[in-house]
Amino acid sequence: MNLLDALKVRDSQGKQFVPDVRAANPVGFRGLPVITDTPCQQGCTECSDCCPTTAIQLQKFSLDLGRCVWCDECVRVCPKDKIAFTAGYRTASRTRDGLLVHEGRGLGPVEASEAIRKIFGRSLKLRSVSAGGCNGCELEINAMANVNFDCGRYGIDIVASPRHADGLILSGPISANMAEALELCYEGMPDPKVVIAVGACAISGGIFEPSPALDRSFLGRFAPDLYVAGCPPHPLSIVNGILDLMGHTDGRW
Amino acid sequence: MSHPNVLLQPLSELETLDFGGFAQRLEDHFARGQRLLSLFGSPSADPADSTPELHAVFVDREQGLIHFRGRRQGTQHYLSLTSEFPSLHCFEREIHEQYGLAMPGHPWLKPIRFEGTNLKRMNDYPFYKLKGKEVHEVGVGPIHAGVIEPGHFRFMCYGETVHHLEIHLGYQHRGAEALLRQASPRKIPPLIESIAGDTAVGYTLGFCRAWEALCGLTVRLEVEAIRSLGLELERVAMHLVGLSGLATDVAFLPGSSTYGRLRTSVINLSMRLCGSRFGRSWFRPGELRFPFNQSHKDDVRKTVQQVQTDIAIINNLFQKSKTVQHRLCTTGTVPTPLAQEIGLVGMAGRASGLSCDLRNELRGGAYAQHPIPLVVESTGDCWARGLIRIHEIDTSLNWIMQLLDTLPEVEAEPPPKAEPRPNCIVVSCEEGWRGEVMHCIQTDADGKVAHYKVQDPSLRNWFGLAQAVKNNAIYDFPICNKSFDLSYCGNDL
Ligand code: SF4
Ligand code: SF4
Repeated sequence: MNLLDALKVRDSQGKQFVPDVRAANPVGFRGLPVITDTPCQQGCTECSDCCPTTAIQLQKFSLDLGRCVWCDECVRVCPKDKIAFTAGYRTASRTRDGLLVHEGRGLGPVEASEAIRKIFGRSLKLRSVSAGGCNGCELEINAMANVNFDCGRYGIDIVASPRHADGLILSGPISANMAEALELCYEGMPDPKVVIAVGACAISGGIFEPSPALDRSFLGRFAPDLYVAGCPPHPLSIVNGILDLMGHTDGRW
Repeated sequence: MSHPNVLLQPLSELETLDFGGFAQRLEDHFARGQRLLSLFGSPSADPADSTPELHAVFVDREQGLIHFRGRRQGTQHYLSLTSEFPSLHCFEREIHEQYGLAMPGHPWLKPIRFEGTNLKRMNDYPFYKLKGKEVHEVGVGPIHAGVIEPGHFRFMCYGETVHHLEIHLGYQHRGAEALLRQASPRKIPPLIESIAGDTAVGYTLGFCRAWEALCGLTVRLEVEAIRSLGLELERVAMHLVGLSGLATDVAFLPGSSTYGRLRTSVINLSMRLCGSRFGRSWFRPGELRFPFNQSHKDDVRKTVQQVQTDIAIINNLFQKSKTVQHRLCTTGTVPTPLAQEIGLVGMAGRASGLSCDLRNELRGGAYAQHPIPLVVESTGDCWARGLIRIHEIDTSLNWIMQLLDTLPEVEAEPPPKAEPRPNCIVVSCEEGWRGEVMHCIQTDADGKVAHYKVQDPSLRNWFGLAQAVKNNAIYDFPICNKSFDLSYCGNDL
């Protein structure tokens, strides 16, 4: 009875997926920053003073993507246009230090893990845990699986049970009230398993870092295999980081 | 020009009553049919006194916001008013948890979010017990099946029927209010945007207005218009998320994917306007960060028109579909009198027949020039909470198109010098997509933030969800939950 209406929906829908997540162009996105080698104005400390998460170090100028919440303040206060944001979405790293952006140098590529490629290269099932996440990162993790970004085509899926999961995709600064449940969930996953930290909160505590209501000891015990920076990261940032980790070279479909 | 969504007063002029008078005033306002926006505590001005001061804020269509304070006189006690006015239950519980103020007579004095001395005591939650030979309990969470924030639900069932649902939250508590009280003014906005990141614009606009009032700043009407544009885009996007989720939960796949991809177009529009799919860093007090020129205007018009065309097609199928109707109609009903009694707000309140919408009640900023029609449904079930989204999306999109007709190009506005006035208190509120977000900021003698209170609509509406699932089958819980789409972190702060 509703067949015609259903066909109309199909027709209006068209093709929605991003054909190649490796070569997408998120127009307008405030993404990967670049730092020029223009010398700073003598004695100026404006950007590091205004940064809400102390992401900027002036000595050997660097910007820590693991802390940055993309508030754009530093760009606005700088008298020398030293920092600029681009639409780049490759904001992931295998190591915490790898998230530092230096003068004239962006992030290196995410190296594939041979072990992860061998075991999970064709299928990686992730259990999402939000531990104090503001629903920004959670919505973007969800979006990664929607018809636009469609990570399922690469074998990446979000699953309901930790028992079915090959790894944890963590968002949020890890509230003390959630620390125990997070650990129980992680323990419930069969070995071997990966940990992926998504967003400034998960990586460093982000904007909530000074709060005594957090308990981040979990990450001291189980270091992430992948960090995806952003507040929140773009779904493209998450998908690409994971594809790199899995050793995918091609993103076309 | 003052904005009706804000009320600034020097602390010395804030009407202050003793606890007895305070309770009486609350009753008077309720008797006059005025709507309570919030009841909250703040530390006593005397550091030796652990009894908090209490604040009540009411909304009145003519008078705007009404704010008064209660203070203990001598050995006075505060007597709980929840039995008389059930909608106060969450406020009194919060005050009790935050300040240890005794609430004699409160029927249900359980922690709201396990903060302060309750931190990390999640396992001590005193669940309600249902006794009987064949009753059983089902516990779900804190971690749920999907990608969703944590919270625990305990169902007391007889067979498949839920007789009582207890919602145990607090897992998301990050100490946001304490951070806001210590933050430098520059750090406040990114914190505000992270309290409930799905309502970043809704939260930020309220903060902007409060801060502007404190600093004596005003913004141009065009800037107000861009702010409301951001707010309505956020509403449309999150309503689309809700519809997509509802469709998924009733296994109606065309809705799930189509509403989902329409949301992508809307948030990508926000991204083209401000760099963030969530409108983060778009708005700051006294400032307009991103100019709005003809090409932006064309972009908004084109995107909105496309969404209008496509959503009509899927709405038609969604509303006609028997499976959707069957699952949503008469499921999870909160009838109007109950909604009124427990104080439902925002979209969920309007789905239960209440006409609570600050855009319509106070008509501030761009809504003065371009009034936005009130959308109300009467049945209060999951179907009504679905329909209200459909109609609010249409209303917001039409409103945006109307706004564009008169909106000129708007230049960026650099950040002004801002110095908050000392010894003042300001309350502001904004109708976010879920409902009203409130901020209250108090300054000390140096103009520094002495106290910051923030309130998400979810604080009040979670109890509505508990009521909605009563006498429903337990398998309908996911669609009831999705239909309310409440914020865990907004409640837990
Ligand atoms: S954009 Fe990032 S680095 Fe710059 S001020 Fe904001 S948080 Fe700091
Ligand atoms: S990183 Fe940003 S978006 Fe993600 S949870 Fe934290 S505040 Fe929210």
